Amino acid sequence: MQNLLKSLDYSVLQQCMHCGMCLPVCPTYAETKEERHGPRGRISLMRAIADGELEVTRAFGDEMYYCLGCLACTSACPAGVNYAELFETARAEVERRHVIKSTQRDFWRWSVVKVLFTRPRLLRLAGRGLWLWRVTGMQALTRALRLTYLLPRRLRELEPQAPRVGAKFSHQLIKPVETPSKKVARTFLSVPPSQTAVPFRRVAVLTGCVQDLAFPEINRATVDVLLANNCEVHTPPVQPCCGSLHAHNGDLESARTLARRLIDMIPPESFDAIISNAGGCGSHLRHYDHLLRDDPAYAARAVEWSRKLRDISEYLVEIDFRKPEARAVTQTVTYHESCHLCHGQKVSAQPRAVLRAIPGVELHECPEATWCCGSAGIYNITQPVTAGRLQDRKMANLRRAHAGIITTANPGCHLQIQNGLRAEKDTITEVAHPVVLLARAYAAERK
Amino acid sequence: MNTPTLESSLAEIVGAKNILTESEDIIPYSFDGTAAIKRLPRAIVFPSDAQQISEILKLARSQTPPVPVVTRGSGTGLSGGSVPVEGALVVCLTKMNRVLELDTANLTLLAEAGAVTQEIYDAADKAGLFYPPDPGSMRVSTIGGNVAENAGGLRGLKYGVTRNYVMGMEVVLADGSVCWLGNKCVKDVAGYNLRDLFIGSEGTLGIITKVLLKLLPKPAARQTLLATYAQMDAAAATVSDIIASKIIPCTLEFLDRKTIRCVEDFAHAGLPLDAEAVLLIESDGHAAAVADEAAQIEEIARKHGATSVRRARDSAEAAQLATARRSAFSALARLRPTTILEDATVPRSELAHMVRFVEGVATRHALDIATFGHFGDGNLHPTILTDERNTDEMHRVEAAMREIFDEALRVGGTITGEHGVGLAKKKFLPAQLGDASYTLLKNIKRALDPDGLLNPGKIFD
Ligand SMILES: Cc1cc2nc3c(=O)[nH]c(=O)nc-3n(C[C@H](O)[C@H](O)[C@H](O)COP(=O)(O)OP(=O)(O)OC[C@H]3O[C@@H](n4cnc5c(N)ncnc54)[C@H](O)[C@@H]3O)c2cc1C
Ligand code: SF4
Ligand code: SF4
Repeated sequence: MQNLLKSLDYSVLQQCMHCGMCLPVCPTYAETKEERHGPRGRISLMRAIADGELEVTRAFGDEMYYCLGCLACTSACPAGVNYAELFETARAEVERRHVIKSTQRDFWRWSVVKVLFTRPRLLRLAGRGLWLWRVTGMQALTRALRLTYLLPRRLRELEPQAPRVGAKFSHQLIKPVETPSKKVARTFLSVPPSQTAVPFRRVAVLTGCVQDLAFPEINRATVDVLLANNCEVHTPPVQPCCGSLHAHNGDLESARTLARRLIDMIPPESFDAIISNAGGCGSHLRHYDHLLRDDPAYAARAVEWSRKLRDISEYLVEIDFRKPEARAVTQTVTYHESCHLCHGQKVSAQPRAVLRAIPGVELHECPEATWCCGSAGIYNITQPVTAGRLQDRKMANLRRAHAGIITTANPGCHLQIQNGLRAEKDTITEVAHPVVLLARAYAAERK
Repeated sequence: MNTPTLESSLAEIVGAKNILTESEDIIPYSFDGTAAIKRLPRAIVFPSDAQQISEILKLARSQTPPVPVVTRGSGTGLSGGSVPVEGALVVCLTKMNRVLELDTANLTLLAEAGAVTQEIYDAADKAGLFYPPDPGSMRVSTIGGNVAENAGGLRGLKYGVTRNYVMGMEVVLADGSVCWLGNKCVKDVAGYNLRDLFIGSEGTLGIITKVLLKLLPKPAARQTLLATYAQMDAAAATVSDIIASKIIPCTLEFLDRKTIRCVEDFAHAGLPLDAEAVLLIESDGHAAAVADEAAQIEEIARKHGATSVRRARDSAEAAQLATARRSAFSALARLRPTTILEDATVPRSELAHMVRFVEGVATRHALDIATFGHFGDGNLHPTILTDERNTDEMHRVEAAMREIFDEALRVGGTITGEHGVGLAKKKFLPAQLGDASYTLLKNIKRALDPDGLLNPGKIFD
C-alpha cells in the first residue's frame, strides 16, 4: 500500500502557504516556541514525507502524538487548510508503519481503543465494574492497601482520575422512543409561535461512550429538552462507539466499521435530525460523509447522515427552542468551549444562547475560553505533562470568571475540569452541560 | 581528545535543549512566509541573550570556512529574508520574548527582539498607551523582525512605520561586539544615526537583541467605515480626494472583488460580495474630531459613487473588520495552490493608474491576480494566484512581476513598500537604486560584515 500521506490529494498539503497565522493559537507551539510543535511545522513535515524528502520516523510519530488535535489552528487559518484530515491521515500512517513501539502503549491502544470501544456491552460491563468498585468502597480499599502499585505506572497515575461512573446508564434512564406529552405540547402552544419550536419533529439521540458511562444524566437532559420542544426522541439502547477515538488515533478502518454500524442502527432517512451532545463525538460524526466516501454501499447514506447531524445546542437554536419561563434563581455560569465543538464543529455562539435563555443565569465569559483544557481524547494518558500544564492554565482562567457553575459540552473536558476542581479541593463549583441547566429550567416550570 | 564539533560547541553556549539538528526539527525552518522558496539549514539555535549571540557569532566566524548565520523571528517575512542559506546556522529569537520595561514617565517600552508585536501592543494598551505600527502579521511576527524589515501596517498613513517608533536598540555585530544604539532622548544628534542603519537591514548587518520603542497616548475615540464601490476607479478617486481634502485618516485600506470574496469566506464580517472594491477607513483621535472626520469621509465617499457606507456599530465590529483585512493575504490562498504576494508602492497620485495596469498585466499574461493594499500609503499588494508546479505558468508569473515593477519604478515608485528585498526582490534592486547607491549599499555591508557572515545572499549577492 502506498504511503497514506502520498496518496492524499496533494492540494490539501499545498493549501498551507506557511503564513504562520495559526501559531498564536496552537497550545503546543506556545509551550516550546519551536516550529515543529506548531501547525505550520507539522504540515511541512507531512509535506516532506509526501515529497519523499523525509521518512515516517519515530520522531515524526511522536510529533503527531504531541499534537493535541484540538483544531484551534483550523479556526485561525485564513487559507482554510484542512488540518483535521491531514492530522488523521498522518496518524494513520504512523500506526501503519509501527514506528512508535512500546508495550505499554500497545496495551493501552489495544485495550482501550480496540477492545472496549468497539463493544458497547463490554464497555458498559467495564463501566459497571468501575461503578461497583467505587460504591462498594473497593477503590478506597485498594488505595488503602496500596494495591494500585500492582498496576502499570500509567494506569496507576490515572486511577484517581477515572470517571465516576453513574449508577445507571442511559438506557436505564431513557426509553427507546419517547414522545412529547400532550401537556407539554399544550403549554407551549400558548406561547407566541414565533418563539417556539412547535412543529412536530422526529430526532435520534446519540448517547456516546464516555457520556453514557460517566454522565448519563446529560443524555437524559438532552432527551428532556427535545421533548419539551415537541420532538419525538429515538434513543437506541445499545449504541456502538461513533469511532472518533479510533479515527483520532490513526485507526481509520475501525472507525469506518463503527460508522457503518451506527448508520444501520439509526437510518438517517428516518429522522429530521441526529443529535449529538458531546463535542468530540459530534465533530467526528459530522464527517461520516468524508469517512465513507469510498464505500459504495454507504456513501450516499453517510452524506444524508452528515447533513442531519447536529450538536444539541446548535439544533435547539436552529428550531428556535422555547425559552423557559422566568423563575429566577440567580446562577453565575461560565462556559468552556470544547475544542471539537468550537473548532471542529464551529458551534460557539449556540451553547451561550442556550445559557442566556435560562432565566436567572448570568453568563460570565472566562479568558481564553477556546484554549484546550488538555483532555483531548486520551491526551492526558499519552502526554500527562503537557496535559497537566494545560489543565492548570484552564483552571486559572475559569477562576477568573468567578462563576458557581462551569459549563462545557464534551465529556472529556467535563472530566478534566472536574479533576482540576478536585485537585484544588473545590467541592462547591459545579460542572454541567448547558442542556442540563436548560432541562432543570424546564423542570422548574412544572413545579 | 575529540575536537568539539560546531554543534557540541553551540550546545555549550546555549544548552543542549536549545539546539536542533534532526531532520524533523530543521525542515520546519527551511522556509518563511514567502511562497516557493525552501532551503535546509544545518542547525537551529535558540539563544537567551546578547552575550550568547555574541559567542555564537564568534564561533561561526572561527570555522573554516565561516558558517553563515541567518537570524529568524517568527518567519512570517514575505521576501525570503529568513529563509536560510543552505547549511546555515539559524539563530531563532522566539525564546527571547519578554517585555522588559514600560516607562510611563518617558512613554517608552523596552522589549527583547523576539517579543511578539501584539504583546507589545497589549502591554502598552494596558497602560493607556499606544504602539501604532500594526503589520497584518502582528499577532505572529516579532518586534525584531518588524525592525529588521521596517514593517508597515494598517495605520501607516497617519502614524508611519516601525522606523518612526524605534528610539534605540541593542545589536550584536558580525564580529561579536554588542552595541547599544540610541536612547530615551527625544532629541539626539550625536554622531551618525546608526540606529537607522539597522532598521530595514534584513538581518544582514547585525542581530538585534533588544528594542526601545516610542509610545503614544491612546487615541480617545475611533470610528471605522466600510465604503463599497461598483467600480475600482471610484474607490481610487475617493482616496485621492480624501488626501487632497487634507484629511489623514489612520487607516485607508483597499480590497478588490476577489480578495473580498476570500476574506468573507473566512472572516464572515459581512463584506459585500457583489462589490468591485471596498475601502476600509478608520479615523481616530478626539471624539469630536473623529465624528467630524468620519462625516467628511462619508460625504466624499458618497460623492464618488460609493454604493454604501457602513459605520461599525461598536469596537467589536471594528475589530472584526480589521481582522478581516489582516487575513486578506492568507485568505487568498483559498483560490490556488501558490500565493505570491507583491509589494509595489507608487506615489498616491498614481494609484488608480497602477491598479488598472495590474489588471492589464493579468489579462495579457493570462494570470489570476487579486489586489489589496494600503491605499492611503500608495502601497499595493498585487497577489498572483498560481501553482508553483506549473512551470509554464511560473514563467508567465515571472514576466508579469517584471512588468509590474518596471511600471512602478517608471512612475516613481518602489519595488517594496514594507516587506523588504530579501531573496525575492534582489534582482529588481539595481534598477531602482542606480549604480552609485547600489555600490554604497554593498560598501556598508562590507564594512560591517567583511566575511559575509550574516544572512548572505539577501538584498544583493
Ligand atoms: C499574513 C501576513 C501579513 C503581513 N502583513 C504585513 C504588513 O502589513 N506589513 C508589513 O510590513 N509586513 C507584513 N508581513 C510581512 C512580515 O510579517 C513582516 O516582514 C515581519 O516584520 C516579519 O517578522 P518576523 O518576526 O516574522 O521575521 P522573520 O520573517 O523571521 O524575518 C524577517 C527578516 O528579518 C530578519 N530578522 C528577524 N529578526 C531579526 C533580529 N532580531 N535581528 C536582525 N534581523 C532579524 C531576518 O533575518 C529576515 O531577514 C505580513 C506577513 C504575513 C504572513
Ligand atoms: S495552516 Fe493556515 S494559518 Fe497556518 S501557516 Fe498554514 S496557511 Fe497559514
Ligand atoms: S491541532 Fe491544536 S495542537 Fe495540533 S497543530 Fe493544531 S492547534 Fe496545534
